[in-house]
Amino acid sequence: MEILRSHRKSIGKVDAVVPNLLLYRTAPVLEVRLDEFEIYAIDRLKVLKGISDALSRGKKPEEMEKLVDDLWRMHMRQHASQNTNKDIISHFVLRLVYCRSEELRKWFLSMETTLFRYRFRLESPDSQRILMDEFNLPYKALTHAEHESVKDKLSQVSRSIGSSTNFDSIFFKVHFEEVPELVANRKVFMLQGFAYVAMHQATALVVTQFRSLLSKSLVLTYRKWTSTIREQEKDRLTPIVEALSTDYLGPNYSQPKDNIHITLKDIDHLANTSFPLCMRHLFYKLREDHHLKHGGRMQFGLFLKGVGLSLDDALAFWRDEFSKKVGLDRFEKEYAYGIRHNFGKEGKRIDYTPFSCQRIISSVPSVGNHNGCPYRHFSDENLRAALGKMGVGGRSLDDVMDKVKNHHYQLACTLTFEAIHSSSCDTGINHPNQFFVESQKILQSKNQTAS
Amino acid sequence: MVIDGNPNAGSITETFSLEYLRMYYGKLFPYTDMFQWMSYGNDGKHPGCDLSFFGRREFSFTLDNDIYLRFQSFSNLAEMENSIKEKCPFKIDIGPVYSVDPAKRHAYSQGGNSVFAPVERELVFDIDITDYDDVRYCCSGADVCLNCWPLMTAAIKVMDVSLRDDFGFNHILWVYSGRRGIHCWVCDGRARRLTNEQRTAVANYFHVYKGGENSLKKISFTGAALHPFLTRSYTDVLRVIFEEKLLCSQDLFASEERYQKILELIPDETLVTELHEKWSGNKRSTTLNNDRWDHLKHTLQSGKQKVQGLRRCVEEIVFSYTYPRLDMEVSKSMNHLLKAPFCVHPKTGRVCIPIDPNNCDDFDPTSVPSLSELLEELNAAGLKAEFENVSEIEKTSLGKSIKFFRSSFLHPLLKSCKEELERSHNAKLQQSKNSLNW
Repeated sequence: MEILRSHRKSIGKVDAVVPNLLLYRTAPVLEVRLDEFEIYAIDRLKVLKGISDALSRGKKPEEMEKLVDDLWRMHMRQHASQNTNKDIISHFVLRLVYCRSEELRKWFLSMETTLFRYRFRLESPDSQRILMDEFNLPYKALTHAEHESVKDKLSQVSRSIGSSTNFDSIFFKVHFEEVPELVANRKVFMLQGFAYVAMHQATALVVTQFRSLLSKSLVLTYRKWTSTIREQEKDRLTPIVEALSTDYLGPNYSQPKDNIHITLKDIDHLANTSFPLCMRHLFYKLREDHHLKHGGRMQFGLFLKGVGLSLDDALAFWRDEFSKKVGLDRFEKEYAYGIRHNFGKEGKRIDYTPFSCQRIISSVPSVGNHNGCPYRHFSDENLRAALGKMGVGGRSLDDVMDKVKNHHYQLACTLTFEAIHSSSCDTGINHPNQFFVESQKILQSKNQTAS
Repeated sequence: MVIDGNPNAGSITETFSLEYLRMYYGKLFPYTDMFQWMSYGNDGKHPGCDLSFFGRREFSFTLDNDIYLRFQSFSNLAEMENSIKEKCPFKIDIGPVYSVDPAKRHAYSQGGNSVFAPVERELVFDIDITDYDDVRYCCSGADVCLNCWPLMTAAIKVMDVSLRDDFGFNHILWVYSGRRGIHCWVCDGRARRLTNEQRTAVANYFHVYKGGENSLKKISFTGAALHPFLTRSYTDVLRVIFEEKLLCSQDLFASEERYQKILELIPDETLVTELHEKWSGNKRSTTLNNDRWDHLKHTLQSGKQKVQGLRRCVEEIVFSYTYPRLDMEVSKSMNHLLKAPFCVHPKTGRVCIPIDPNNCDDFDPTSVPSLSELLEELNAAGLKAEFENVSEIEKTSLGKSIKFFRSSFLHPLLKSCKEELERSHNAKLQQSKNSLNW
């Protein structure tokens, strides 16, 4: 096995540029103390968790860059001597932790990629180029003639993305498949299957490469985990690994808390008192239209499951509404399957977990869909009206709208929570089901003091 | 039903029935063409052929009474033909090519090793006119007419050019979905091998119209310029279709309610009030829509409007009313199913025929051959001697469609598949030779 870089500060050697950034291509051969194993992993998790929170608050790239730098300094660089080892070890420990389900892999992949992206941006141009070489990126600079022929288009693209680079900088011609991110956001000029990537965008090339390598390795790690590691390490690492993922992702709300169950007749009342706006909206839309499109059915259906509606009650609930619009027959044929599916009774038989705020915020509701996060996806006017109906007004309403304007959607939801319950919520809202649970807690304690 | 008997005995009245469908699958469905297409050159004698290729493709059938059969697969043409004839599916969907025969996926999945995974799939797009209900006033829901169909024409033109010029794809098939929209199949090898992430990227490249029910402005351009793809779409297609077709056919400015919706897209209240005042109380006139549109453009683009947000407002309006609205999920992942061309839509009885992107202005969804018409044509042709040496399908109005399918799509596709096969085979030979030398 090989470690990519023996990371010694090159004192005296002027020409040797050594990037601080690792590509984590091979697992290290290192002696690790068991307590370090866990502490390092927790420190790295703090960084990833910080990134995850920032992303869900819709932070801008420049803010992210600073934040990632700060987080890294704070948690990963307390002792200058152990930098690289700590980086490598913690990364590979978390690979073990987060390889074990699709959901976990997705989260880890996305956070590690973000971390890598911003750390790469912080590297010097020289070390950036070294990292690019290490990935063997198949990029080819445009010849002068090529550049001349598309010059106008390239500058048009630069202006369309508000990029300040003057357009005689270096461009690479890359198969568009290599830079999906740049293609997706129309940040490159496209011609005959090639994306024309500006030097400063080359970050995307490296990030994509990093992401796809990590994605593949996670699947491999998972195979190794199930086939050998879990059993071999069942007295040593396995308990640590299993505890790490749940401790730091927070509960997933797939099972109702403390086996609280709600029944059909409670829903109307609860919707009014304890549903977050996203779910209230779906609920009232469903009552109004007797129909929700797929995105809404998933978001709302899983939420209801999480707050403790049983499968039978869920079927009855949806049937009652949908049959008014599509008839009983079509409901049983086309929609009942989906509900049973959510409960893990059909298809792959996975007990699906309710969507977290982060997932809802990042969803893109299409035409005719009512899912998504109202704070992010509603127009100003609609949001004000909807909040008004919840009883949020005056000063509180302005505070909420202020958070929305600054893209702090979860904080906006937290403020809403505080306004309607006249009680503070220190943890902040990061899951619709958490909103529900916290709300019930407050209401029940109020009831008790009243009686 | 009698095909070659007394024409009066077999008078065809309904648009769709299981009996008709059985006749259609018996006499008309182009099995060989579909098989050749789905084989991508792997059905020949060339030593580089992968003979398992067609057999790893998922088909799924929706039968009468909504029974749904997924993961059907066929090892050859005859097997596919027999199965379709026997089961007589109301709808045939095409899925991806998997790593192993999808019908045997359970056998492979034992031991927890999931070798069963999609490996190849056409890049597909699905556009439904139902998603345009907020910008068409002639029809709603699944109905279409010649007044709103230009929305689909716009989608074809915008995407076809971009798929060819921007993405470099050549083998593109556009199909009428039989009722309310269009499908697109991009079949180049490079397109078929895209990962889900890359598919999502392509879909997002086309994803301009955004936002659910609750956001007011679905399109907003903030940059100092538009991306060249958007500029081209605007000048070559969208503006033309908006001004020459939809503006009048949809009477976009004819009533207060309608122009109000357009005014809502303008972020400057003074201008909106100004326009609104000018238009309210205006008398009827035959050029009302054009006049008001010109007026709006003039107001927004006149030199004194220096406000950043207003510069792109005219474009934003045109895009909001014409730009293609994709069903994104269909394009994003390999294992999304899509209805096969040449199926018959059970509600309309119309055949899902290819649309020629170069002449898509002439495509008329209301005159697409329907099952009953086709069967009548067959009846009539059966009586004429001159058709003796012609295949059944060419006796009907479907003949034109199948000829177009072959000459403009299937044959060029198979030619390039053969070349690709040849190339990769030679490369392999070369490689093994080299290793022998060593």
